Amino acid sequence: MPQEFWRWIESRWTAPDKEWRSAKVITAGVDVGSVSSQAVVMTDGELYAYSNMRTGSDSPNSATNAMNRALEGTGLTLDKIQYTVGTGYGRVNVPFSQRAITEIACHGRGANFLYGPTVRTVLDMGGQDCKAIHIDEKGKVTNFLMNDKCAAGTGRGMEVFADLLGISINEIGDLSLKVEEEPPPVSSTCVVFAKSEASGLLREGWPKEKVIAAYSSAMAHRVVSLLERIGVEPDFAITGGIAKNVGVVSRLEKELNIKALTPKYDTQIAGAVGAALFARELVEKGK
Amino acid sequence: MIANFGFKDGSGEFFISLDTDKCNGCGDCIPACPGSIFEVRDEDPNDPFREIPVAAVKESERRKIKYTCGLCKPVSDHPPLPCVGACKAGAIAHSW
Amino acid sequence: MITAGVDIGAKTVKMVILKDGVNIGQALITAGYDVQRSLKEGWKEGLFTAGIEMNQIDRIMATGTGKKEATMAHDQVTEISAAAKGSVFLDKQIRTVIDVGAEEARVIKINAVGRVVDFAINEKCAAGTGAFTEAMARALEVTLEELGPLSLKSTQAVAMNAQCAVFAESELVSLVHAKTPKADMARAVHDAIADRIVSMVRRVGMEKEVLLIGGMAKNVGFVASLKRELETEIFTPDQSEFVSALGAALIAAGK
Repeated sequence: MPQEFWRWIESRWTAPDKEWRSAKVITAGVDVGSVSSQAVVMTDGELYAYSNMRTGSDSPNSATNAMNRALEGTGLTLDKIQYTVGTGYGRVNVPFSQRAITEIACHGRGANFLYGPTVRTVLDMGGQDCKAIHIDEKGKVTNFLMNDKCAAGTGRGMEVFADLLGISINEIGDLSLKVEEEPPPVSSTCVVFAKSEASGLLREGWPKEKVIAAYSSAMAHRVVSLLERIGVEPDFAITGGIAKNVGVVSRLEKELNIKALTPKYDTQIAGAVGAALFARELVEKGK
Repeated sequence: MIANFGFKDGSGEFFISLDTDKCNGCGDCIPACPGSIFEVRDEDPNDPFREIPVAAVKESERRKIKYTCGLCKPVSDHPPLPCVGACKAGAIAHSW
Repeated sequence: MITAGVDIGAKTVKMVILKDGVNIGQALITAGYDVQRSLKEGWKEGLFTAGIEMNQIDRIMATGTGKKEATMAHDQVTEISAAAKGSVFLDKQIRTVIDVGAEEARVIKINAVGRVVDFAINEKCAAGTGAFTEAMARALEVTLEELGPLSLKSTQAVAMNAQCAVFAESELVSLVHAKTPKADMARAVHDAIADRIVSMVRRVGMEKEVLLIGGMAKNVGFVASLKRELETEIFTPDQSEFVSALGAALIAAGK
């Protein structure tokens, strides 16, 4: 079997100091994305457990798999969760959810919880889209855009390069920083054209790290222009899979001249966290 | 909230911005658009607790506005855009 | 007077040599990463067919996205001017030129005296160019040459949601898994590109007659999709890829 360079690492976590049996309100959020799915369980508005899994070919299964994985070893079962909100591109395909809310609203809310009320700008770099969201101190969205028409600036674009170079997606960020001097960014934004440009550079004898450095800075530059449309105001948080790519993140920070907040949890769970928080609010409002 | 519907690709940035604080959900933009890209939703999907009708660009049209809006954007001229003109609240703007 | 036009595109280098307005030699080379080498090869072939030496050419005009690479050229001309000149030379009735190449697409409107009055360009995005078909042929596991004829066998229109070539590739893979007939998917690919071209045509305002040039004019599936969407007859010259090089050679001759 050929090596699958795109295969990123799944994760799961349980709060070491919490007991769901003493909680008054248990809610969940499930974010079914095109590439990854996350389930988050919250007890009285605090993070209790989560999972981050690869999305399979069908959304309902992916939602269930993520939820089962999050509940694993906790003794908690689905019937004890009072309210579940689905989000993400497969949000209407979460069989055990009571409501669906867009990923824009959920990401804003989730980032507010995970990174604190000072966050104003959230950049979500997902598998097949890129979102720039401006939020207020309560995590309410005040300005947003989503780009899911074009693969540039998404995880999918980075996967194309991981395949081209034969490097695991988990190592590609570190590798891109192993250049002595920053090469000029690849000139094409379009992933198809950038790939043929990169093939040319490889043929010219560029080492892999130099090629990936050139692509990572082009990607960072492209995302900055999206952020500028909504206005970049600190504090700044990056979520999604690409937030784990130090090569892209460090170049983004450099271009924006703003440090991104350091994540405490898996960067891919923000949407599901927001969904679980909305679920709690809906329980309290009796909906 | 400023909701930006559209996309950026290698050829440029194409966004329609809807100011949902100004939009009253009247729906005048719907018949004004020859490409039928607008709709009015009963509640704002990006603001779950708002529950007042609001205009939006249809999901199926979001990724195509560069092409669909071409109908109102001849290369040689910049005539007033019908959607922008139809919105009395001044909630609609184009980025390109 | 002997003149030459050289058109350096993203995937191919084309040249046309004219003697007093008559085509005496031409060449088409698939450009490698080394454009200079492709140019050398092209000249060798073009000069051989013309039966002349390089120093017999009075004036060389370069065009195409890589026109700066043509150091032997006396001057450069835009892709728009070259395409328009070549098209009008082939047929004076032409008012709309659609030029779809490997990495760019252009729509040009020409008035009754052959002057360019308007144009629209799509560049820097593979959707709506030949590169899109290339990626889709790969996903369907057919050759680029097979893709056009295959789409003519389609019995129903299948919608493709993805606009981006990278996303469309994954969408095709799932359509393959869903056992969608390949011919229908091939048609969907050409319909998708035609959609984007048609929106450009509308922006410049279509006037008859319509000429389709560039490498994509050889793709019968794309031509069929474009005709269907524009609801008009579209002419395609025999050597659709040489039209811009021809135009450049004509401009070099002061025509």
